[in-house]
Amino acid sequence: MAQSPAHGTDHHDHHHAAGHHDPQDIKLLGFWIFLVTDVILFATLFATFIVLRGGTDGFETGAELFNMTGVIAETFLLLTSSFTSGLAVLAMHQNKVKPMITWLVVTGLLGAGFLALELIEFVELVHEGATLQTSAYWSSFFTLVGTHGVHVTIGIGWMISIIIQILRRGLNSDTKGKVTVFSLYWHFLDAVWIFLLSIVYLMEVM
Amino acid sequence: MLDNIKEFASEFFVTGDPLIYGADASIVLATLGIVFVLTYFKKWGWLWRNWITTVDHKKIGIMYILAAILMLFRGGVDAVMMRTQLAFPDLNFLEPEHYNQIFTTHGVVMIFFMAMPLMFGLFNIVVPLQIGARDVAFPYLNSLSFWLFFAGAMLFNLSFVIGGSPDAGWLAYPPLSGSQFNPGVGMNFYIWGIQISGIGSLASGINFIVTILKMRAPGMTMMKMPMFTWSVFAASTTIIFAFPILTITLLLLFMDRFFGAHFFTLDGGGNPMMYINLIWMWGHPEVYIVVLPAFGVFSETVATFARKRLFGYASMVFAMVIISIISFFTWAHHFFTMGSGANVNAFFAVTTMIIAIPTGVKIFNWLFTMYKGRITFPTPMMWTIAFIPAFVVGGMTGVMLSVAPADFQFHNSYFLIAHFHQVLIGGVVFGYFAGLYYWWPKMFGFKLNEYLGKWAFWFWNIGFYVCFMPQYLVGLDGMTRRISVFSDPNWTGLNVVSTIGAYLMGIAFLFQVAQIGYSIFRHEKDTTGDIWDARTLEFSIPSPAPEYNFAVIPQVHSRDEWWEEKERRRRGEKPWQLGPIEPIHMPKNSAIPAIMAACWFVLGFGLVFHWLWMAIPGLIGVFICLYARSFSAHKAEYYIPVEEIERTEATLRGGAV
Repeated sequence: MAQSPAHGTDHHDHHHAAGHHDPQDIKLLGFWIFLVTDVILFATLFATFIVLRGGTDGFETGAELFNMTGVIAETFLLLTSSFTSGLAVLAMHQNKVKPMITWLVVTGLLGAGFLALELIEFVELVHEGATLQTSAYWSSFFTLVGTHGVHVTIGIGWMISIIIQILRRGLNSDTKGKVTVFSLYWHFLDAVWIFLLSIVYLMEVM
Repeated sequence: MLDNIKEFASEFFVTGDPLIYGADASIVLATLGIVFVLTYFKKWGWLWRNWITTVDHKKIGIMYILAAILMLFRGGVDAVMMRTQLAFPDLNFLEPEHYNQIFTTHGVVMIFFMAMPLMFGLFNIVVPLQIGARDVAFPYLNSLSFWLFFAGAMLFNLSFVIGGSPDAGWLAYPPLSGSQFNPGVGMNFYIWGIQISGIGSLASGINFIVTILKMRAPGMTMMKMPMFTWSVFAASTTIIFAFPILTITLLLLFMDRFFGAHFFTLDGGGNPMMYINLIWMWGHPEVYIVVLPAFGVFSETVATFARKRLFGYASMVFAMVIISIISFFTWAHHFFTMGSGANVNAFFAVTTMIIAIPTGVKIFNWLFTMYKGRITFPTPMMWTIAFIPAFVVGGMTGVMLSVAPADFQFHNSYFLIAHFHQVLIGGVVFGYFAGLYYWWPKMFGFKLNEYLGKWAFWFWNIGFYVCFMPQYLVGLDGMTRRISVFSDPNWTGLNVVSTIGAYLMGIAFLFQVAQIGYSIFRHEKDTTGDIWDARTLEFSIPSPAPEYNFAVIPQVHSRDEWWEEKERRRRGEKPWQLGPIEPIHMPKNSAIPAIMAACWFVLGFGLVFHWLWMAIPGLIGVFICLYARSFSAHKAEYYIPVEEIERTEATLRGGAV
């Protein structure tokens, strides 16, 4: 974990020998463990999708219905947003507030673009008759991809709240901790997407 | 208009059963009684400030335990009603539909709303005190966990009088639990009651892992941790890997029921068998989650009351870690009869047999700890000793069940019922009772009456064997679980005996209630904070512990640090060198957890009845609470000044530190 070294100035300067626990350190570990639970959550959904892949009930599968151009565009948007969120953290470590917020806003816009394309994809699929109710295949597809989408949506809302807090309170160890944890979450969603792309889309169409 | 309201009410409320009307009346009376008492004694502010908004792990622990005892009562009443119905052939005490609801809610209440909160209650009260910490890692999240559990439990219990209880068994196998065969709202209560409290459990798992990894007193390495803390660590690790599976399983069942998806349906390519696999991938680790902390309790009590250090510390730790890993590889032994094939069954049979080995190691360690010890027999130790034969027999019948070919005979018979009640009561309940008696003085500052406690103990134990031993036999005779009535006269004798046992356990519970009630008024005060002459850090501070726990955090050198310290003092050597008292950094109370849980309750209730006008505001409320916390978290801390700490310590310790 590339963690920032303790900045003497903005750290809580009042820990003593006995109260030696660094609150940011504790939050970061807690968030890593939360991510473990989220990994299990997605793993269960992936397993469900793989088990139910054959449950097509005679209806078409993704191999026939996926619009791969849109999916590739989604992928590029999300991967780029992961990169820009990294740039935001880099700016944060250099205590450059303005570039940091700019990169966060770019990240959010790319994420919103991803969501818009995903929504368009869903609407197209529904128009072709593939809905939650169509077959086990499509039930598990929409639930798995949709859960990822909900994660991205929550991430954007969370990021907006962090930007507002930084504008109000500036950068300190508390708000820096929030940005660090958010970027972890965002990278995690990126990693999940790579698995989604490979298992749900590429393995289906190739 | 009036007719519309009448029609709505007749579907909304459960009607037609005198037992339910009785429950309605008692719920209304109890609520009015509570409101009256709180208003009359002007206690609303006290309730709000000291309990509802508290983030103090000790108070949260007490609330968990109170709720668990209430739920034990509810689940116990369910059990006694079932045993009454099954006492004699062809009884008509409960209708079959009602019987189905009662065995479902009995299981759900006992596991999710009795065992889990009792466990989290003990985690909360003991872990920070045992590792020399001021609180858990995330006190606010801890409060949220409790209130989510509470909201979930209330939502689930509401189904009893509103809408109708779930009736598809405690794990709600589809297709029976799907909307095709179960169109009512009962299963929705099941899904959301468990989902909401499950999120709380998951958060608690994260909280205690971080607490144990990051908040230990200086010098306390992992291998110097008290064994109960180790058991909490093992159980919490199991929680974070198991509970997300439950979250998803319930979500998928909800998608099936709410949106008409096809995960577990018989049509549309769905696969009900997948649900059974998923739910047991959580469910089997879950039984180890609840039993590991009981093992932790026994490790503490046995060392304290044998007055010896725990035998085989490293092997105990190793056994617990191994159990929590292997618990993830045994799930299919719950359905050997599904037809997965010989190789799959053989794998799960072998893993199930293997998991008995570390458990056996622990039993021997406890026995060797007692060997040549100077054992005393207060109630916590009595429960510990009663656990050993109960769990050994329960474990052995478990190994019998693990033999896949034989399981085809035992499957879903009363033999299985007797087995899992023997390990869950003999292991988990006995263990938590031992813990409750052992740490009660630490929680409240007084000891529970031993005389009444011993009556309760003997009623529980005799009742337990009288109830469940006959069930093994009647199971081998072919009686299957979940039948609401039996007609075979050959089963009568054993069933009568079993019912008598259930009533004996009911009486035992009444003795415990009497014990607590009596002890509140007449008790032996815990003036030293170390009423059992115990070994670990929680007994080095006054009872009940002050809000900051340790005025000065001690430096730990050895496993039984407090015992070693007392030995040093007895030998007249230099005692602990505690540093000077410094201002203590504490979290402020917060109303957000209780409000957020209330929003979850509204969300859940709306989804139960498919009322989006209610669910959506609930969901918005949840997000508003998340935002409110994010914006105010940095202001939620304060310092207790040195003078105040010194004053508190002087009062608590009678002047001498």
